[in-house]
Amino acid sequence: MIPVCRFEDLPEGESVRVGTTPPIAVFRTEDGELYAIDDTCTHQDASLSEGWLEGCLVECPLHAASFDLRTGQPTCLPARRPVRTHRVSVDDGTIHVHVAAEEGTAA
Amino acid sequence: MRTVTVVGASLSGLYAARELRSQGFDGRLVIVGDEPHRPYDRPPLSKDFLTGRASEDHLALTDDEETTGLDAEWLLGKRARGLDARGRTVLLDDGRTVSTDGVVIATGASARRLPGSSLTGVHTLRTLDDARALRDELGGGPRQVVVIGGGFIGAETASSCAALGHTVTVVEAAPLPLVPHLGAEMAAVCAALHRRGEVDLVTGTGVAGLRGTAAVTGVALSDGRVLPADTVIVGIGATPNTAWLAGSTLALHDGVLCDDGCVTALPQVVAVGDVARVGGTRAEHWTSATEQPRVAVANLLAGRTLQTVGSLPYFWSDQYGARIQFAGRRQDGDTVRIAEGELADGAPAEGGFLALYERDGRTTAVLSVDRPRPFMRARRELVRGGSRPQPAAL
Repeated sequence: MIPVCRFEDLPEGESVRVGTTPPIAVFRTEDGELYAIDDTCTHQDASLSEGWLEGCLVECPLHAASFDLRTGQPTCLPARRPVRTHRVSVDDGTIHVHVAAEEGTAA
Repeated sequence: MRTVTVVGASLSGLYAARELRSQGFDGRLVIVGDEPHRPYDRPPLSKDFLTGRASEDHLALTDDEETTGLDAEWLLGKRARGLDARGRTVLLDDGRTVSTDGVVIATGASARRLPGSSLTGVHTLRTLDDARALRDELGGGPRQVVVIGGGFIGAETASSCAALGHTVTVVEAAPLPLVPHLGAEMAAVCAALHRRGEVDLVTGTGVAGLRGTAAVTGVALSDGRVLPADTVIVGIGATPNTAWLAGSTLALHDGVLCDDGCVTALPQVVAVGDVARVGGTRAEHWTSATEQPRVAVANLLAGRTLQTVGSLPYFWSDQYGARIQFAGRRQDGDTVRIAEGELADGAPAEGGFLALYERDGRTTAVLSVDRPRPFMRARRELVRGGSRPQPAAL
């Protein structure tokens, strides 16, 4: 379990990058939901935490591949492989990421 | 339409094949490619592939599952050498012919060469085979590298060579590289990135010739200097692969001439990617090669131009640890304003910057170095400003 930031420090529609190996992106959608996925686009080296968030989809800032935050699945080309998803919790006002096992990793 | 032949098995050819199937074409699909390889992504060749960060597996644009789904006949390692006047027969270099009802021309472009390019140690960087050869050579210990041409390929290759520990000089004939892309002001800022890699940039002098008998030993400049070199990379642009169409009725002028919907003078022949001059413009951009096929295929299947390509030009470059992104249509005379971040000593500062090109109070283009998020916002605003794909006038 990795602490990310205070809940109030991640406004709706924003994201934050966690410097794990590999790095993880944590998103708070406009609906207030929290999601965490591997930060690096599976197409080419770009940070999804810098991407465009719309609903539960994040668009890669480099080539506009799009991923579903709920499943990690790409929703359009050029990405064809999913990113890992990670469970997120808020404990005593702090956002935590529970890093998924490496098994089945797409990274 | 019973048979469609896609000539060219790189990015835009593959995207065209995908579009044909996703838009409902269930006939015979033939894909001709002059390289022996399955479609692969070229941008990493000058970057992560050269430095060893990305393997050939990373370059693959498709996999077995998708290939099976496309249900195409792949004729790889075959070069098209002709298209008959009616656009109904594609001639291959092994003497075979493919009878077809529709043709997608996606033959791309080839790296320009210099006289003397046959010397050992002289490279271009366009294909996987080019990149393999260069990577092997760079892996054999420190070398004196001269990159001819300071454009994006040249700068990225120089950056990769420097990262690998080689001594690198870039030679650019113009007073500044990248001026046509970025305008003089921002071209100077981006050219300053070479300093980060301790790469010498020599500008305003052409190349008189390559020196050496079997292997290259130096690059002679037009000002009389000779730069010693044991590896030379020629990055002086690319020419569209249209020679095979010489006997066809298609109009050729620095590319295959098409209307705004990628349709040639023959309604059953469309062109996409680097080889296509669409509505008067030939872009050698990755994004164009992925966006044009949707429109081109729709028009091909309809038999006339129903849609046009209207997307905003976009390109990026990774060099010296910096990511450059540009979108829009700038013109000479646009004013450039740094909207975020700053410059330091004429170069991008740590943390990068976002620059807006403006004309008559309107933003025409946007450039960023290491500011992907604001860039994305600005690019979206530019797109909303009125360059979405338009239905063609009927």
